[in-house]
Amino acid sequence: MASYRTPLGRARGLGAAKHGVGAWIAERVTAVALVPLVIWAVFAGLRLAATDYYGAVEWLTSSALNPVLMGLFVVVGFMHMHAGLRVVIEDYIEKHLTRAGLLLLNLFVCSLVGALAVFSILKVALGGAY
Amino acid sequence: MVQLVLPKNSRVQKGKHHAAPAGAKKVKTFKIYRYDPEGTENPRWDTYDVDVEACGPMVLDVLIHIKNDIDPTLSFRRSCREGVCGSCAMNIGGRNTLACTHGHEEVPGKDCQISPLPHMPVIKDLIPDMSMFYAQYASIEPWLHTTTPEPQTEWRQSPEDREKLDGLYECILCACCSTSCPSYWWNGDKYLGPAALLHAYRWLIDSRDEATGDRLDELEDPFKLYRCHTIMNCAQVCPKGLNPAKAIGEIKKMLVDRVV
Repeated sequence: MASYRTPLGRARGLGAAKHGVGAWIAERVTAVALVPLVIWAVFAGLRLAATDYYGAVEWLTSSALNPVLMGLFVVVGFMHMHAGLRVVIEDYIEKHLTRAGLLLLNLFVCSLVGALAVFSILKVALGGAY
Repeated sequence: MVQLVLPKNSRVQKGKHHAAPAGAKKVKTFKIYRYDPEGTENPRWDTYDVDVEACGPMVLDVLIHIKNDIDPTLSFRRSCREGVCGSCAMNIGGRNTLACTHGHEEVPGKDCQISPLPHMPVIKDLIPDMSMFYAQYASIEPWLHTTTPEPQTEWRQSPEDREKLDGLYECILCACCSTSCPSYWWNGDKYLGPAALLHAYRWLIDSRDEATGDRLDELEDPFKLYRCHTIMNCAQVCPKGLNPAKAIGEIKKMLVDRVV
């Protein structure tokens, strides 16, 4: 239906949200942090592939560095994934309700899977989990 | 989802064919988007076999020739015919550019397809509705903002500070950049688009302006500014050779400088 709202009124819309720079910085910081973390994760994966279950538990419990780096890799990775998917949803999903629903789903799934992964790492690293 | 196909009443159908006149020396076919708002028909592709020896070298020359000698119903905007006014921006051979500075020989392929700027409401034929585009430009308040009382003479600016406006002030608001930007296609109601943001930056770095912080406040928004994903279509198509993507990057840097 034709709207009688002036173009300037529509262009100004609801005004600026006055945030966005934080999310923009977070996208880049997580991207930079993932560079060394992914390199480390590739080496860790190769090493774990060559050993069995007990070897993997031993590797996780033997030092503080391995579980901490693995935890960081998972947390930063899921944060980055959440930020990336958020941009995709905001770009392509037009309907307000669908957009809000998918943004919530993105947040919940990334948080849940990330939290489960962190818990599993901690469980093995602290409890041994034989 | 974003609308990836045209709605039923916007689908373009085959239109009329205008054959070349007898005795034409060099014939080239121009396929032109036609839409008549007063009719009930869908838009159509009309084809014109034009004797390009009978007109000038630019696409605008061809369009004027068609309007004068072949089909006076064809509508398009034009004014300066030398790349200064930005009126004749349209999509030529799949690329947004100015009809007046783009030679028809530059268009690759046998036929030359001409349509209005993409993803804009069409008023008639090659004429898009630019009111939102201009309103977005107006919304960045493209004039000097000062609190200091007006000096007796002009506001002074060093040559170095003036140089910072080079590559920005030349923009003629033809909308080639904004209408080639996918982010502007999908979220053009909220995203300001490369042209408006280039102008926003032009005022942000003007050494005479005193409202830099307020301007940044008005731009910091997930949609108004941050829909730019540095796709670079804007810089590729700009008929004036400007780089809106770089200007937007500089705005993002200024916003980081405020918090870091």
